[in-house]
Amino acid sequence: MKRGAEAEMVPEAEFRSYYGRPILKIPRWKAPHLPAYLYLGGLSGASAVMGAAAAVTGRRALARAGRVTAAAAAMGGTGFLVAELGRPERFLHMLRVAKPTSPMSMGSWLLAAHSALAGAAAGSDLTGVAPGLGATAGAASALTGPLLATYSAVLLADTAVPAWHEAYRELPFLFAGSALASAGAAGLAATALSQGADRGPAARMAVLGAALELAAAVQLERGMGLTAETYQQGEAGQMMRAARWLTPAGAVAALAARRSRAAALAAAGLLTAGAVATRVGVFKAGPASAADPKYIIASQRATTSRNWRRFPPAPAGAGGGGQSSR
Amino acid sequence: MSNRLYGPLADVSGDAGYAADHPQRVGFFTDTSVCIGCKACEVACKEWNGLPDPDGDALTLTGMSYDNTGALGANSWRHVAFIEQAVPAPADGGDLLAALADSDGDGDDDGGATRWLMASDVCKHCTHAACLDVCPTGALVRTEFGTVIVQPDVCNGCAYCVSACPFGVIDRREDDGRAWKCTMCYDRLRGDLEPACATACPTDSIQFGPLDELLAIAQTRLDEVRQAGVPEARLYGEDPEDGVGGTGAFFLLLDEPEVYGLPPDPVVTTRDLPAMWRRAGLAAATLAVGVAVSFAGRRS
Repeated sequence: MKRGAEAEMVPEAEFRSYYGRPILKIPRWKAPHLPAYLYLGGLSGASAVMGAAAAVTGRRALARAGRVTAAAAAMGGTGFLVAELGRPERFLHMLRVAKPTSPMSMGSWLLAAHSALAGAAAGSDLTGVAPGLGATAGAASALTGPLLATYSAVLLADTAVPAWHEAYRELPFLFAGSALASAGAAGLAATALSQGADRGPAARMAVLGAALELAAAVQLERGMGLTAETYQQGEAGQMMRAARWLTPAGAVAALAARRSRAAALAAAGLLTAGAVATRVGVFKAGPASAADPKYIIASQRATTSRNWRRFPPAPAGAGGGGQSSR
Repeated sequence: MSNRLYGPLADVSGDAGYAADHPQRVGFFTDTSVCIGCKACEVACKEWNGLPDPDGDALTLTGMSYDNTGALGANSWRHVAFIEQAVPAPADGGDLLAALADSDGDGDDDGGATRWLMASDVCKHCTHAACLDVCPTGALVRTEFGTVIVQPDVCNGCAYCVSACPFGVIDRREDDGRAWKCTMCYDRLRGDLEPACATACPTDSIQFGPLDELLAIAQTRLDEVRQAGVPEARLYGEDPEDGVGGTGAFFLLLDEPEVYGLPPDPVVTTRDLPAMWRRAGLAAATLAVGVAVSFAGRRS
């Protein structure tokens, strides 16, 4: 059955539940920590690639902007991640094991490696110490960077939370596009502020990233059944709608950025706001989808589960446990 | 290395690395058809495990039923659900439903009745436990008994397990910062004692034992209950083919799982993890190509 067809059928259903109480626990992750980490991780990852590419093509100002942004964003992101823990003093327990089944374990190792590489590249660029090693670290951070920008989609998707898990196909592309646009924005801001720098590559990154971010966001909501409404309603809906205006506006400004410094700065601001709004929107959809049991029940009933078909029907007219949730 | 993320798994402790002479897998069979809602299990659990009441809300009333616990959580490792239902008069209901339909006890069918469903919920100790899979520190481990426990000295409170559990069982204690859940009284198991809840249960609604023995008992009991006139009775969590590879704590229910606050068809999220990593890899490559393309043009 096509997923779109389910979307039309599902809202008709009545769901029985236990007094409308949530089946899942509401995620304990909080704003602004988690969305900030998502944004900064993406910014750091894509900026590292931008810095390495700029260094290879001899664009000094953009290379420095990419490296410094990558290092600063990785540091900031790590700070938010540690502050998110219930026991922050135990953050090093994250490196106690390396566990492929845990995206957070893989991500911690990735973040540790990427932060060290990006920090070395930026430090060397700013101080002039060990330029060879710095360039090597910068090149290596172009390998860890794209993974850092997209692993956080797996981090969210590898949960029981319907809005996140059901988006596992599209979320990595949404985050990749958003990261590309974020780094493009940082590159535009830096090149607008330095005399005679080439704004072309950053502008092209910004436009490509914005296009990918928008396409992935549309696809994400289309690919879901009833759960899609958690991306359309409440705070998540406001953020996703804001991103849908901010990001294209930023892309349009980026098209004019090569001629106009003002356009470059406007594009940087709009794209950054759009990327942040996207991350906050995705984050907020999670708790909303865990709070109402209908999303769990709808998605689990919609699968042609062998388990479910085996159950005999409920007695006709038997009232639900407490009330139904719609 | 097959079925390590999903599907039937014959020896969970062996898969976790215990030597072949580890104890057999144990679990709970909770037969809700004989639960009387006394909450002795909740009390025994809190007493034995010394569970705190940090908010001092032990005496708060939910106002929705006799259930004032609400849900499983960091400080409630057993939770008795109370469901009040209007049931129609049975056409040929057998003794049990006829007795239910006779709400005033005068021997006549009153044409409808209220029935109470009561069920003591607990951590399922899944064959494929999402909490354990996603734990980044190794704080959550599989024991030699096939159960899943949190090591409080290792947990750093990242709360990943809280979002990963498809049953909404494990939670973080906010004053203490760590995640907590049922241990199936690991300390008592090590000392050859039954878990506190099963010991306290006055009706044997909570039965503890080797999982395969419990499965046989449950099947016999299910047949009995169905023959007694409750055709919608079913087992929940007993099937190794289900989305979590079967659970170490399974139930006999008298209605659909969601009526008890249980997910109808839970699936361990890590089933899709290989696909998720493939998508993330593809997206990472897309990002790298996007940057490369952006730098490919001539300098302006």
